[in-house]
Amino acid sequence: MIYRGEDIIIRTISRMLIPFIQLYGLYVIMHGHYSPGGGFQGGVILGASLILLLLAYGYQDAKSRVPEKLLTVFSGVGVFIYAGTGFLCLVLLGNFLDYAMLAKILHTDAAHARSLGILSVEIGVGMAVMAVMVSIFLDISTGGVLPGEEEEKQKTAEEA
Amino acid sequence: METIQNILAGLFLLGGCFFFATATVGLLRFPDFFTRLHATGKGDTLAVTLCLIGLAIHSGLNMTSVKILLIAVFMFLAQPTSTHAISRAGVRCGLEIWRKKEKEGNP
Repeated sequence: MIYRGEDIIIRTISRMLIPFIQLYGLYVIMHGHYSPGGGFQGGVILGASLILLLLAYGYQDAKSRVPEKLLTVFSGVGVFIYAGTGFLCLVLLGNFLDYAMLAKILHTDAAHARSLGILSVEIGVGMAVMAVMVSIFLDISTGGVLPGEEEEKQKTAEEA
Repeated sequence: METIQNILAGLFLLGGCFFFATATVGLLRFPDFFTRLHATGKGDTLAVTLCLIGLAIHSGLNMTSVKILLIAVFMFLAQPTSTHAISRAGVRCGLEIWRKKEKEGNP
Protein backbone atom coordinates (compact mmCIF):
# COMPACT_ATOMS: atom_id res chain seq x y z
CA MET A 1 0.00 0.00 0.00
CA ILE A 2 1.35 3.45 -0.86
CA TYR A 3 0.64 5.88 1.94
CA ARG A 4 -0.60 9.32 1.10
CA GLY A 5 2.49 11.54 1.32
CA GLU A 6 1.90 14.75 3.25
CA ASP A 7 5.40 15.81 4.24
CA ILE A 8 6.22 19.26 2.88
CA ILE A 9 10.02 18.81 2.84
CA ILE A 10 9.93 15.62 0.81
CA ARG A 11 7.25 17.01 -1.52
CA THR A 12 9.10 20.27 -2.19
CA ILE A 13 12.52 18.71 -2.76
CA SER A 14 11.19 15.98 -5.01
CA ARG A 15 9.22 18.57 -6.98
CA MET A 16 12.47 20.50 -7.46
CA LEU A 17 14.59 17.46 -8.36
CA ILE A 18 12.29 15.37 -10.57
CA PRO A 19 12.69 17.55 -13.73
CA PHE A 20 16.48 17.42 -13.41
CA ILE A 21 16.42 13.65 -12.87
CA GLN A 22 14.34 13.25 -16.02
CA LEU A 23 16.66 15.56 -17.96
CA TYR A 24 19.59 13.43 -16.80
CA GLY A 25 17.76 10.29 -17.89
CA LEU A 26 17.29 11.73 -21.39
CA TYR A 27 20.98 12.72 -21.44
CA VAL A 28 22.01 9.18 -20.56
CA ILE A 29 19.80 7.76 -23.34
CA MET A 30 21.02 10.27 -25.94
CA HIS A 31 24.72 9.73 -25.14
CA GLY A 32 24.35 5.95 -24.91
CA HIS A 33 26.21 5.11 -28.10
CA TYR A 34 29.49 6.89 -27.39
CA SER A 35 29.74 7.20 -23.59
CA PRO A 36 28.74 5.10 -20.58
CA GLY A 37 24.99 4.70 -20.35
CA GLY A 38 22.34 3.68 -22.84
CA GLY A 39 18.71 2.85 -23.21
CA PHE A 40 18.32 0.57 -20.21
CA GLN A 41 20.16 2.84 -17.76
CA GLY A 42 18.39 5.99 -18.97
CA GLY A 43 15.06 4.21 -18.83
CA VAL A 44 15.72 3.12 -15.26
CA ILE A 45 16.55 6.73 -14.29
CA LEU A 46 13.33 7.99 -15.94
CA GLY A 47 11.34 5.26 -14.21
CA ALA A 48 12.96 6.10 -10.87
CA SER A 49 11.90 9.74 -11.23
CA LEU A 50 8.28 8.64 -11.68
CA ILE A 51 8.58 6.23 -8.73
CA LEU A 52 9.93 9.13 -6.64
CA LEU A 53 6.88 11.16 -7.65
CA LEU A 54 4.57 8.33 -6.60
CA LEU A 55 6.40 7.87 -3.28
CA ALA A 56 6.44 11.57 -2.42
CA TYR A 57 2.86 12.42 -3.38
CA GLY A 58 1.08 9.12 -2.87
CA TYR A 59 -0.81 7.21 -5.55
CA GLN A 60 -4.09 9.10 -5.17
CA ASP A 61 -2.55 12.51 -5.87
CA ALA A 62 -0.05 11.42 -8.52
CA LYS A 63 -2.13 8.98 -10.56
CA SER A 64 -3.12 11.61 -13.09
CA ARG A 65 0.60 12.06 -13.91
CA VAL A 66 1.31 8.32 -14.15
CA PRO A 67 -1.69 6.73 -15.86
CA GLU A 68 -1.54 2.93 -15.92
CA LYS A 69 -3.02 2.61 -19.41
CA LEU A 70 -0.35 4.93 -20.83
CA LEU A 71 2.37 2.84 -19.17
CA THR A 72 1.07 -0.27 -20.96
CA VAL A 73 1.02 1.65 -24.27
CA PHE A 74 4.57 2.92 -23.68
CA SER A 75 6.00 -0.52 -22.98
CA GLY A 76 4.38 -1.86 -26.15
CA VAL A 77 5.52 1.05 -28.30
CA GLY A 78 9.08 0.80 -26.93
CA VAL A 79 9.38 -2.87 -27.85
CA PHE A 80 7.80 -2.07 -31.24
CA ILE A 81 10.42 0.62 -31.97
CA TYR A 82 13.21 -1.78 -31.08
CA ALA A 83 11.90 -4.71 -33.10
CA GLY A 84 10.70 -2.41 -35.89
CA THR A 85 14.20 -1.00 -36.39
CA GLY A 86 15.55 -4.55 -36.51
CA PHE A 87 12.97 -5.75 -39.03
CA LEU A 88 13.37 -2.60 -41.13
CA CYS A 89 17.01 -3.60 -41.62
CA LEU A 90 15.78 -7.09 -42.52
CA VAL A 91 13.41 -5.62 -45.11
CA LEU A 92 16.25 -3.52 -46.57
CA LEU A 93 18.17 -6.73 -47.39
CA GLY A 94 20.46 -6.73 -44.32
CA ASN A 95 20.68 -8.83 -41.18
CA PHE A 96 18.49 -8.21 -38.12
CA LEU A 97 19.65 -4.86 -36.55
CA ASP A 98 22.15 -4.33 -39.41
CA TYR A 99 21.99 -0.53 -39.13
CA ALA A 100 24.19 0.19 -42.16
CA MET A 101 21.24 -0.80 -44.38
CA LEU A 102 19.26 2.18 -43.03
CA ALA A 103 21.52 4.48 -45.09
CA LYS A 104 19.28 3.81 -48.10
CA ILE A 105 16.21 5.46 -46.53
CA LEU A 106 18.02 8.06 -44.37
CA HIS A 107 20.09 9.42 -47.30
CA THR A 108 23.37 9.39 -45.30
CA ASP A 109 26.54 7.32 -45.27
CA ALA A 110 26.81 4.04 -43.40
CA ALA A 111 28.52 5.49 -40.30
CA HIS A 112 25.76 8.05 -39.68
CA ALA A 113 23.11 5.44 -40.35
CA ARG A 114 24.66 3.15 -37.71
CA SER A 115 24.71 5.97 -35.16
CA LEU A 116 21.08 6.92 -35.81
CA GLY A 117 19.96 3.30 -35.84
CA ILE A 118 21.53 2.65 -32.45
CA LEU A 119 19.91 5.85 -31.14
CA SER A 120 16.43 4.75 -32.24
CA VAL A 121 16.95 1.36 -30.61
CA GLU A 122 18.09 3.08 -27.40
CA ILE A 123 14.98 5.28 -27.40
CA GLY A 124 12.78 2.21 -27.78
CA VAL A 125 14.54 0.35 -24.98
CA GLY A 126 14.36 3.46 -22.75
CA MET A 127 10.62 3.85 -23.23
CA ALA A 128 9.92 0.16 -22.56
CA VAL A 129 12.17 0.01 -19.47
CA MET A 130 10.66 3.18 -17.98
CA ALA A 131 7.09 1.94 -18.38
CA VAL A 132 7.82 -1.57 -17.11
CA MET A 133 9.75 -0.27 -14.07
CA VAL A 134 6.82 1.90 -12.97
CA SER A 135 4.31 -0.88 -13.68
CA ILE A 136 6.31 -3.34 -11.57
CA PHE A 137 6.52 -0.77 -8.75
CA LEU A 138 2.76 -0.18 -8.86
CA ASP A 139 2.00 -3.91 -8.92
CA ILE A 140 4.29 -4.69 -5.99
CA SER A 141 3.27 -1.74 -3.81
CA THR A 142 -0.48 -2.19 -4.29
CA GLY A 143 -0.62 -5.97 -4.43
CA GLY A 144 -2.09 -5.87 -7.94
CA VAL A 145 -5.20 -3.88 -6.97
CA LEU A 146 -4.89 -0.10 -7.34
CA PRO A 147 -6.57 1.95 -4.57
CA GLY A 148 -9.37 3.36 -6.75
CA GLU A 149 -10.17 0.03 -8.36
CA GLU A 150 -10.84 -1.77 -5.09
CA GLU A 151 -14.08 0.10 -4.39
CA GLU A 152 -15.25 -0.25 -7.98
CA LYS A 153 -14.71 -4.01 -7.88
CA GLN A 154 -16.65 -4.28 -4.61
CA LYS A 155 -19.50 -2.24 -6.12
CA THR A 156 -19.73 -4.43 -9.19
CA ALA A 157 -19.57 -7.54 -6.99
CA GLU A 158 -22.44 -6.23 -4.84
CA GLU A 159 -24.54 -5.41 -7.87
CA ALA A 160 -23.98 -8.85 -9.36
CA MET B 1 50.17 26.07 -10.13
CA GLU B 2 49.61 22.37 -10.58
CA THR B 3 51.22 21.64 -7.21
CA ILE B 4 48.84 24.02 -5.43
CA GLN B 5 45.93 22.41 -7.26
CA ASN B 6 47.01 18.92 -6.23
CA ILE B 7 47.61 19.95 -2.61
CA LEU B 8 44.17 21.60 -2.37
CA ALA B 9 42.48 18.58 -3.95
CA GLY B 10 44.32 16.28 -1.54
CA LEU B 11 43.26 18.36 1.45
CA PHE B 12 39.60 18.26 0.39
CA LEU B 13 39.76 14.50 -0.21
CA LEU B 14 41.43 13.97 3.19
CA GLY B 15 38.69 16.02 4.86
CA GLY B 16 36.07 13.94 3.08
CA CYS B 17 37.71 10.70 4.21
CA PHE B 18 37.85 12.02 7.80
CA PHE B 19 34.10 12.73 7.83
CA PHE B 20 33.38 9.33 6.24
CA ALA B 21 35.37 7.75 9.08
CA THR B 22 33.46 9.69 11.77
CA ALA B 23 30.15 8.76 10.16
CA THR B 24 31.15 5.09 10.18
CA VAL B 25 32.26 5.25 13.83
CA GLY B 26 28.91 6.83 14.68
CA LEU B 27 27.05 4.15 12.77
CA LEU B 28 28.88 1.41 14.66
CA ARG B 29 28.93 2.93 18.16
CA PHE B 30 25.64 4.80 18.62
CA PRO B 31 22.88 2.95 20.45
CA ASP B 32 19.71 3.26 18.37
CA PHE B 33 18.22 4.00 14.95
CA PHE B 34 17.81 7.77 15.24
CA THR B 35 21.27 8.54 16.63
CA ARG B 36 22.86 6.35 13.96
CA LEU B 37 20.88 8.14 11.29
CA HIS B 38 22.00 11.44 12.76
CA ALA B 39 25.67 10.44 12.51
CA THR B 40 25.53 9.03 8.99
CA GLY B 41 23.15 11.63 7.59
CA LYS B 42 25.29 14.60 8.55
CA GLY B 43 28.66 12.92 8.09
CA ASP B 44 27.92 11.47 4.66
CA THR B 45 26.50 14.69 3.25
CA LEU B 46 29.56 16.68 4.22
CA ALA B 47 31.99 13.90 3.24
CA VAL B 48 30.50 13.37 -0.22
CA THR B 49 30.44 17.11 -0.88
CA LEU B 50 34.07 17.54 0.21
CA CYS B 51 35.24 14.56 -1.86
CA LEU B 52 33.44 15.81 -4.97
CA ILE B 53 34.84 19.33 -4.56
CA GLY B 54 38.32 17.82 -4.20
CA LEU B 55 37.85 15.81 -7.41
CA ALA B 56 36.55 18.90 -9.23
CA ILE B 57 39.64 20.87 -8.19
CA HIS B 58 41.86 17.99 -9.28
CA SER B 59 40.35 17.84 -12.78
CA GLY B 60 40.72 21.59 -13.32
CA LEU B 61 38.32 23.99 -15.01
CA ASN B 62 36.56 21.96 -17.73
CA MET B 63 33.28 20.19 -18.46
CA THR B 64 34.10 17.29 -16.12
CA SER B 65 34.45 19.54 -13.09
CA VAL B 66 31.17 21.31 -13.94
CA LYS B 67 29.42 17.92 -14.03
CA ILE B 68 31.04 16.94 -10.71
CA LEU B 69 29.86 20.19 -9.10
CA LEU B 70 26.32 19.56 -10.40
CA ILE B 71 26.44 16.11 -8.76
CA ALA B 72 27.59 17.81 -5.54
CA VAL B 73 24.62 20.22 -5.59
CA PHE B 74 22.25 17.31 -6.26
CA MET B 75 23.73 15.33 -3.36
CA PHE B 76 23.51 18.34 -1.06
CA LEU B 77 19.77 18.57 -1.73
CA ALA B 78 18.89 14.89 -1.97
CA GLN B 79 20.80 13.37 0.92
CA PRO B 80 19.31 15.37 3.83
CA THR B 81 15.87 14.83 2.31
CA SER B 82 16.33 11.06 2.15
CA THR B 83 17.62 11.06 5.74
CA HIS B 84 14.49 13.00 6.73
CA ALA B 85 12.25 10.52 4.91
CA ILE B 86 13.93 7.52 6.58
CA SER B 87 13.63 9.08 10.04
CA ARG B 88 9.95 9.86 9.40
CA ALA B 89 9.41 6.24 8.44
CA GLY B 90 11.11 5.27 11.71
CA VAL B 91 8.80 7.49 13.75
CA ARG B 92 5.81 6.09 11.86
CA CYS B 93 6.80 2.52 12.68
CA GLY B 94 6.98 3.49 16.36
CA LEU B 95 10.66 2.81 16.99
CA GLU B 96 11.67 3.45 20.58
CA ILE B 97 13.91 6.42 21.29
CA TRP B 98 17.04 5.60 23.28
CA ARG B 99 17.33 7.19 26.74
CA LYS B 100 19.97 7.02 29.43
CA LYS B 101 19.29 4.27 31.96
CA GLU B 102 18.51 5.64 35.41
CA LYS B 103 20.97 4.69 38.13
CA GLU B 104 19.94 1.86 40.42
CA GLY B 105 18.39 2.94 43.72
CA ASN B 106 17.80 6.40 42.34
CA PRO B 107 14.33 6.39 40.70
